[in-house]
Formats: sequence, C-alpha cells, structure tokens
Amino acid sequence: MRGHLGVRFAQVIPTLLLVSIMVFCLQQLMPGDPALVLAGEERDPEVLEQIRRELKLDQPLVFQYFYWIGNVLQGDLGFSWRIRQPVTELVATKLPVTLQLATMAFIIAVFIGVPMGVLSAVKKNTFWDYLANGIGLAGLSTPNFWLGIMLILLVSVHLGWLPPSGYVPLTEDWRQSLATTIMPAFVLGNAISAVLMRHTRSAMLTALQQDYVRTARAKGLSEHLVVIKHALRNALVPVVTLGALELGTLLSGAVLTEQVFSIPGFGKMIVDAVFNRDYPVVQGVVLVTATVYVMLNLVADVLYVMINPRLRGA
Amino acid sequence: MTYRTPLLGLLAALPLALPAAAQELPQLRVAFSEDADVMDPTTGRAYVQRVALLNMCESLFDYNSKMQIVPRLALSYEWADPQTLVVKLRPNVSFNDGTPVDAAAVKYSIERHQTFTGSARRGDLGSLTAVEIVDPLTVRFKLKGPDVVFLSQLGVRAGVLVSPTASEAAGKDFGQRPVCAGPYRFLERVAQDRIVLEKVPNYWDGANYHFSRITFRPIADSTVRLANLRAGAIDINMSVPPTLADEVRKDPKLKLYTFDGIGYTGLTVNMGRNNTTPGPFGTDKRIRQAFDLAIDREAIVNVVFNGVHAANAYPVPATSPFFDATLPQPKRDVARAKALMAAAGVKLPFVVPLTVINNPEAVQVAEVMQSMVAEVGFELKLNTMEFVSTLNAADKGDYVGWTVGWTGRPDADGNLRDLLYTGAGTNYVGYKNPEFDTLLDQARSTADMAVRKAAYRKIYSLLRDDLPIIYLYSPRWNFGMAAKVEGFDPVADGMLRLGGVKFAR
Repeated sequence: MRGHLGVRFAQVIPTLLLVSIMVFCLQQLMPGDPALVLAGEERDPEVLEQIRRELKLDQPLVFQYFYWIGNVLQGDLGFSWRIRQPVTELVATKLPVTLQLATMAFIIAVFIGVPMGVLSAVKKNTFWDYLANGIGLAGLSTPNFWLGIMLILLVSVHLGWLPPSGYVPLTEDWRQSLATTIMPAFVLGNAISAVLMRHTRSAMLTALQQDYVRTARAKGLSEHLVVIKHALRNALVPVVTLGALELGTLLSGAVLTEQVFSIPGFGKMIVDAVFNRDYPVVQGVVLVTATVYVMLNLVADVLYVMINPRLRGA
Repeated sequence: MTYRTPLLGLLAALPLALPAAAQELPQLRVAFSEDADVMDPTTGRAYVQRVALLNMCESLFDYNSKMQIVPRLALSYEWADPQTLVVKLRPNVSFNDGTPVDAAAVKYSIERHQTFTGSARRGDLGSLTAVEIVDPLTVRFKLKGPDVVFLSQLGVRAGVLVSPTASEAAGKDFGQRPVCAGPYRFLERVAQDRIVLEKVPNYWDGANYHFSRITFRPIADSTVRLANLRAGAIDINMSVPPTLADEVRKDPKLKLYTFDGIGYTGLTVNMGRNNTTPGPFGTDKRIRQAFDLAIDREAIVNVVFNGVHAANAYPVPATSPFFDATLPQPKRDVARAKALMAAAGVKLPFVVPLTVINNPEAVQVAEVMQSMVAEVGFELKLNTMEFVSTLNAADKGDYVGWTVGWTGRPDADGNLRDLLYTGAGTNYVGYKNPEFDTLLDQARSTADMAVRKAAYRKIYSLLRDDLPIIYLYSPRWNFGMAAKVEGFDPVADGMLRLGGVKFAR
C-alpha cells in the first residue's frame, strides 16, 4: 500500500506542472490585451508601454512562463494586476472561505444524500423510494442561482431569519459566520446530495444482492446491522470516489452560488480575474485548486483502503 | 432590521466591534455592482473605486449638484491668464497621517499623477507643463496652451492629493493602504467582499459627516442587491437597474433617487481606426444618416429601460450646462431614410455587423435597433462578446459598428476630445476632421461660457451631420436607499458624497 501511495504522490508533481503549462497557455488564447484593460480610458501609448514593461507582457511567452513558475517555486504567486495585492495573500484570504463553504455543503450533502440513498435502496419500489427519488430529481434539476435567489427572498427578505449575503469569518464570530454561509451551503449541498443519493442507491442495490449479505442474513444478523455494517460499507467505495470529486469541484469555487450570496471565495475571485484579464490571479488560483484537487484524490485512495480491507494487499 | 433567530441560535445583525467613541455615530453600508480596482487615486480606473475613494481622498475641487466646480482642499482659484491657473489652498488641513496639505504636497501629488508607472491620470493632465510653489499655501499651474478644461480635471481624480510621506513609504503598494486628506480614512479591504472606511476626528469639514464607518460591498447580482436593501442588510444600493426601479419606488421602506448622469451610450462607427479601411458604413455619411433616421430613440429607452434613461442624439445630457436645447432631437423618418439609402446606391439588404457587449441590456438595445433599421433595408448582424474582447477589437479597428457607453466628464470637452479628436488614444472611430478639432480647441481656450457654448453648438451640428458616433441615450443613475437615509444631494457624476447625509432620528 505504501508503494501504491508513493507512486500516486510522485504523480502529483508532473500533474501540477502540466496544469501550470495548460493554464498559462490557455489564457493566452483569451482575446483582449491585459494592458488595455488595465489602462481603462487612458490610452497614452507611453502609459500602455509602461504597463506592458512592468508586467513583463513585452517579453516572449516562454520567458513569461519561466519567470512566473520560477517565482511560484519560491512561494511567490505574483500580484494581482488589477488590485495590486499579492496573489498568495488573496489565496490565503479566500481559501478559508471556500473551505468553510465547501465543507458545510459537503456535510449537508452527505447527511441528506447517503441516508436517502440507503432508504431508497432498502425500501425499493415503495413510497419512500419514490419520495427519495423525487427529492433527488428536484435537487438535480433546480438551478443553484434560482434556488439561491428564492431562498434569499423567502428566508431573508420575507422572514428576516438570516442575512441575505456577505461573509463573516469563523474566527471573528462563529454564529454570524454560520448565519451567512448556511444558505449558500444548503444550495450547493442540495445539488450534490441528489448525486450522492443516486449513487448510494445504485451501489446499495448491488451490494444488497451480494452473497456476503445473504450470508449475513442467514447468520441471523439484524437487518440494521446487515444494511449498515455489511452492505453500506461495501457500497461506500464508489460513493467516496464521487464524494472526493464533488468536494474537489466545490473547492474550485462555486461561481454562481458565491455570486448570488456575495461570498468572497475562489469562484468569485476567478471569475472577476478572467473578466479583467488578471492573469496572475487566474494562474495562482487554478494552481492552488489543482493542488487541493489532486490531494483530495490521494485522500480518497487512502480512504478506499480503510473502508475495504481487501485493497490493503494491493 | 434585526434578524430573528428561528433555529439553532444562528443569528444576527452583527456590526463589527467598534471603539467606544466611534459608536456614537451609526455605520453606513453601501452596495455597488462590482469590486473596485486598486485603491490608488493615480492608477485606479473603475467608477466604483472613485466612489469608495471620494470620501477619503479629497480633490482640490469638487462638483455641487448643479455641476458647478467648488473648492475643497483648495480655497479659491484665479486664471492669471488662459495658460496659468493659480490655486490658493485651505489652511490648517492635514492628511490623515498628519502630513500638512500644502503647496509642496500639491506639487508632489500632481507630479505623481503625471509620472507614476501606469498612471491613469496622465491624459487628464496632458496640458500641464509645470506646478510651481508660490508660497506654502499657493500653487501655480502652467499649461501648454489655453485650456480652461484643466480646472475641471482638478475636480476629479487628477486633483486628488496623496500624503507624500505615506506615498514615499509605500511606493508601488500605496493602493493597499492609501493615505489622503478626507473626512474618512482607509481601514481595511477584503477583495471581492468589502472596503471599510473610518471617520477621522477633527477633519476640517468633519461635522458635516454623520457616520462612524462606511462599508462598501460589491454585490454583482442586481436582484440580490435589491434583496439586501429590502432586508436591511445595506442602506444604499448605488445601482438599481431600470427594470427593478418600480419595486424600489413602491416599497414604503425604501426610496429611489433617479437623476441624470454625464455620459452617453452610442453606436461608434469605424471610420478608419488604426489605419483600417472602413466599408461604406464608415465612408458614406448618407448610409449613417439613414441608419440614424431609422431608429426611434424614445422607443429604445421605453422598451429596454422602462423610460428611465433619456433619449438623446447629442454627446452631453440635457442637464449639462453645455447642452443646447435649441438643437432638435431627430425623429424617426423611414421614408427619408429609404431615400438616403437609394441616393447612396447600396445593394439591399445592406449588412452592418454590430459589435455588442454581452450584457442583457446592450443586447436588447441592439435587437430593438435591429428590427427598426430592417424596415429601411439594413441587416444588422449582432456580434456579441464580453467587454474586454470588444475593447480589443475596437482598439485594432476590427469592427464596423460598436454600441458602447462613455462614463462622461463634467466638461463637454471630456465627452468629445478623447473620443473624436484626431489621434486621440480612445478615438476608436479613427475620426479625422480638422474643422472639429479646431472648434474643440476654440471651446477650451476661453472661460467665457457664451463663447464656449457657441463653439459646442457648431460641434454638435457638425457631429449630427457626420455621425461618427450615433448617440442613442444619456443614462440616468438609479440609487435605492433605505427610507431613513436623508440629506443626499444627487450630483450627475454618480458619486456618493456623504457630506450632510445621515439617518433620520
């Protein structure tokens, strides 16, 4: 197992290098000269030249890439061209926001999706199955931005229960922090819970037909133990894979949800950066996100082994 | 409004902890539609940046609600001759780090605007040759030639003074902790989340400011911005779209301020930008005149903007002192438009590719025009793309027509020179008209308003005939506010001046 994890860990470096090359090259395809954007309504050729010189935009692309990646290797992600703040500082400010939102959304998704999937599989073709499927379908088909706006109008404007938008860090006031993030976390978690529910149901249906489940029942184990300890544990392997992927997606920033609730996370930052051709921010955020994503997949690998002892010898 | 906790005690209206002294005054929460760029008055470009900056970084002059220039850090001014402006400074004023506001600070700040890398103020100060210190409270501005418009530049960001001490210490990072002279000082900024200002004790005009803190929040979605206002999470929404204006108007807890701006939205025509060869739309003014006669500006603003904006075929709004009400607003005339197309001898349908910024309102305006001009034989092909891409295409001259707005300047010169003067950087038209250039130069060479207005009248007539830009409408500002906010005096530049603004008791 150590060897397997070692190989996976070694794959991280070329993966991230590839990501850095791809994000650098792809953003060059975006139309629009960043110097023009930064100059705004000012079109003095000398000012445009100054901007290009300062940002190294007058240098060949290969030089620009190595200049950037060289700094990255020294822990410097550059500075935002638009707001002139270090990207590392911006990432450090946004990462806790995105982490908090993603974690809350994921917890909500797991607590709704997995039990619903289990219930749906165990009570197959009953009212509970249809109900769980209906809720899952609704969750999948409801657009996040619509649900978000509806929740704001209902919960904040009409009922006055929660603040409609904004963010307060956990360290500043945990109650207010939860109050500002619970709605966006629910919106995000809602869609993922539907996906988790469908996968859990499918995996559980397969697991419940396996010989070891029949054996467990024949041994006289209670249905509760059969479902939770035997069937669910085996069914969770594909669910963990999916969960890791969904969590990774959440960490890359939930653009629409962050936009609707004015949550200052990765999603909002990267969208603003793309529209303003703020390349260092785009590159920095994508690289950090990719790192987190790859690490999460490593964690998922470890979890497989913990859940399924048969993989320990692999 | 206080949020009522239904479950789990998750609640809370939660002002940040404040020092005891500052708690005597309430806080003001303001939302605008996008995040500001760098908070440096020299390099900042965004409108919202200026809004946030205005109450903490004062200029030498400012504008009142009649768009008249009024002194702020300056005490008075005098034109020694058309090329020399003498400004006396307000005595006993300090920057927020204690550095005195004096002639040396003025010279430092203005020269910083001229020379700082990536300065966005360089063009505004293009006619300035030297800043001379006459005495500690008097400065003399020497200009290249007669330019009365220069004074108006000192009322916007080019006239903002920065603390030389703080600027020297911070260097390029000044925008991260700007220090200026103003009733508020910079407290913190969290990108995409908030910019917080804090009231300065003992500012010369401090008694006129009634909030302990100002928090600016970017909220991109207009529906959500309005929901925040209705829920009491913000006090002022600086951007209510015309389609939501009625909701604010009808809500007894809110009030709406609708007032004229200083900019315009128009259809910019490529007449040879960047030495490109324009097609017939750019070379034959009869085709542009036919297009102009085929559109109904009133219908456009009524259909797309619920009548909030003002239909206008001229580069300055009707409330500008430089507007000429005796000039006619064109009416739609399909028969005359068809006659002009026939005279131009073009094959119908005449295709005009139109570059459109991909926001819903701009696209709707283009679609309404598309159906109007089709009656005359135009086939308007819409090419929608995001703003930066349109800007790039326009800069290269890679377009035929482009619907775009100009934020506007208080002086009419600012709505014309940069956009149509031969060789100007933002002359995306590629317009070259010596008669226009001469008239524009004449208009800025004297402070006599009657002479200036006469020159602008000729300019407007010339532009109406030539149509390098087919002006469509003058946008109006829509500010939504909680009913308790009082004392707001709208100014056409769309800034939020907080002097005199307070909450009703």
